[in-house]
Amino acid sequence: MTCRALIIQRLVWFGLALLTFLTLLVLFFIIGYISAKGAPVITPEFLFSLPVRMGKEGGILPTIIVTLYIALLAIVVATPFGVGTAVYLTEYSRESALTRIIRFGADALAGVPSIIFGLFGFILFVIRLKMGWSILAGGLTLAMMVLPTIIRTSEEAIRAIPYQFREVSYSLGGTKSQTVWRVVLPNALPGILTGVILSLGRSVAETAAVIFTAGSTLRLPRTILDPGRTMAVHFYILAREGLSMERAYGTAFLLIIVILLINAFSYLLMFRLTRRLK
Amino acid sequence: MVEKIVARDLKVMVYKKPVLQNINLTVMAQEILAIIGPAHSGKTTFLRSINRLLENQPGFIRSGELLLDNRDVKQWDVDLLRRRVGMIFATPIPLPGTIFDNVAYGPRLKGIRNMHSLAEIVEKSLRAAFLWDEVKDRLFSSALRLSGGQQQRLCIARTLAVEPEVVMMDEPCSGLDPISTAQIEQALQELKANYTFILVTNNVKQAARVSDRTAFFLNGELVEIGPTAQIFTAPKDKRTDDYVSGRIG
Amino acid sequence: MREKLIEKGLLLVALSALGSLLLIALFIFVEGVPLIVKVGIKNFVASTHWAPTKGSFGILPMIIGSVQVTLLALVLGGGLGIAVTMFLAEFAPRWSVAILKPMIELLAGIPSVVYGFIGVMVLVPWIRRSFGGPGFSILAAGIVLGIMILPTVIAISLDALRAVPLSYKEGSLALGATRWQTLYRVMLRAAKSGVIASLILAMGRAIGETMAVIMVAGNALLISASPLAPVRTLTSNIALEMGYAAGDHQKALFATGIVLFVIVALLNTIAILTMRERK
Repeated sequence: MTCRALIIQRLVWFGLALLTFLTLLVLFFIIGYISAKGAPVITPEFLFSLPVRMGKEGGILPTIIVTLYIALLAIVVATPFGVGTAVYLTEYSRESALTRIIRFGADALAGVPSIIFGLFGFILFVIRLKMGWSILAGGLTLAMMVLPTIIRTSEEAIRAIPYQFREVSYSLGGTKSQTVWRVVLPNALPGILTGVILSLGRSVAETAAVIFTAGSTLRLPRTILDPGRTMAVHFYILAREGLSMERAYGTAFLLIIVILLINAFSYLLMFRLTRRLK
Repeated sequence: MVEKIVARDLKVMVYKKPVLQNINLTVMAQEILAIIGPAHSGKTTFLRSINRLLENQPGFIRSGELLLDNRDVKQWDVDLLRRRVGMIFATPIPLPGTIFDNVAYGPRLKGIRNMHSLAEIVEKSLRAAFLWDEVKDRLFSSALRLSGGQQQRLCIARTLAVEPEVVMMDEPCSGLDPISTAQIEQALQELKANYTFILVTNNVKQAARVSDRTAFFLNGELVEIGPTAQIFTAPKDKRTDDYVSGRIG
Repeated sequence: MREKLIEKGLLLVALSALGSLLLIALFIFVEGVPLIVKVGIKNFVASTHWAPTKGSFGILPMIIGSVQVTLLALVLGGGLGIAVTMFLAEFAPRWSVAILKPMIELLAGIPSVVYGFIGVMVLVPWIRRSFGGPGFSILAAGIVLGIMILPTVIAISLDALRAVPLSYKEGSLALGATRWQTLYRVMLRAAKSGVIASLILAMGRAIGETMAVIMVAGNALLISASPLAPVRTLTSNIALEMGYAAGDHQKALFATGIVLFVIVALLNTIAILTMRERK
């Protein structure tokens, strides 16, 4: 190693470290900025009361409820399909043209922009299937958006189960479906849950797909056929229309806290999972 | 004596390469048949042909006849076949869960749900595997906390719980200490009256200790089969002689 | 038999992702193609005149806007992303990577509207002060999108670098090269297709991003070469006007969606093929 090469390496090290630090700085800035301006706004009153005058005053309770409904609906619909697909890919088939097509479908679906999902959800669920702007339309659209994530994480989790467990079940007379249901899935559950929780986070953050399917009314929904405004959409409207910067910050802060918690929870699960398998 | 398992001209190929060639062999009821031979002789493949676990591996083709109770294994309902012929693997593989759940797994597959019936079966099986006394107070603790020897006996109990007629053991004591090995060999002797055992083992001394008849596999062929005493003192084939006396291995 | 039924049922379920994709393509095309046919593809894609209420549907300004914003995002975000990847792969202490990686993945979890908002409140005024112009600009959108694609670039590039056989690295080090030289000359070259795939995927994400871009790009219907100029992207066009569009106007937005869908599908296919070629 020449002296010059070592000096270059030192310089490069500093440069790259600086850039990485810069990236983290951006992250902290975003979180810090929103927290500083938004945290003071979070009062029980803000969380639990209804908005007044289109959100200029009052709280954001309906948006919290709508966000919850939509996100839960999305994962309730997507999880059986996602896990089922993963089970089919791992347990019931060998690599073939068919499995490649299935995987291609999942990968391609993952790349579709959210606004396209919004257009699609609008034309199919809201208009053609006559659901109108509704939590149902929004939830179904989001379910399609998160499906690839659940497929991917479930497949990983299922493949991580050692083959010997399956052989034990087979050698005791277990059928394939019994083996999957009693041995594979219960042990893959933490990994599968990680994907589900990540999808929950994505559903909470999503705006473009939701605004064209669930609508933007501020009324409290009574059923899933009612329209509603999620926190992300509410934040967007507040900010764009300039109705109440204060409440915008508050909503954004709540959004970030929820997403941070969801991410932290999924990491905890992953951590426990990797420890368990060792 | 009843013929339990009969192999006639059994051939197994993996991706066109031969793994087992022209195996002609009979397993008699209620005997302990040891199968000895160096690694890659096809011993495990033979076992896995019987309970059709071989079908799960890509590229394997089986020809010839392999009969259980006079019916080819291919014609048996595979789940029924596997309950009739149980298998113990080389490494103990307890399923994640309690000791009770492990032993009760097989019966639950059959549809037995009544806790009382399950508890009876669990106790009976654990006693037969000589494990009951050691675990009776902690049936609901994790099976993963048991020692290697205990885990293997748990696997035996688990297999016995589905009431098989034949039990195949693939080098069951390979990772175990001498005491655990002795316990398993003792269990074999006691259980022989009610079950047929096929014992694949790399340990020729174990085969000599435990089995009634011994078969010697080499490179996918059945070289010789006969009463254990004869195989070890007066083998008919030179290759058998070389192997049991340790000249080849 | 029951098992066969379960297998067939699961096959149907497994086709749900593909089915969804086809449904989406179907409905978008059914709504949008008639309009493209009616207006003529040249008038749609190559015309710069977008006046939907008067029957003019030229989306060229939006196409150019999308391209400009995406390219800038790719340069900024891709460059930064590769730099961070190199740091994480080779120079960061092992313990720190376990903390740094989740933090970077956190960037991916932040809602796009929050990015847009901070862009509006902090970045746009800064650009206006420092460089002039309205602030709402290609530059603003490029910076925001660049940050948003960082996690994608880093995650996939890092995977690609880690997949390079250890022997390559060890061989180079044994010959006396420094870690940096090894990284630069050997490892990156070997991981090239993976890194490129990450950039292409990131490009697809950037082109498809809507909310953040709407808030900071300016949404003006003009074509300009200056990074300080406000532009409208394909996605912004759809999102802004969908709320009140009807009839042909609405169909034109679906047609815009078709163009977007095709571009992203092409990009993703190229990326997947690039990744497969590595294996």
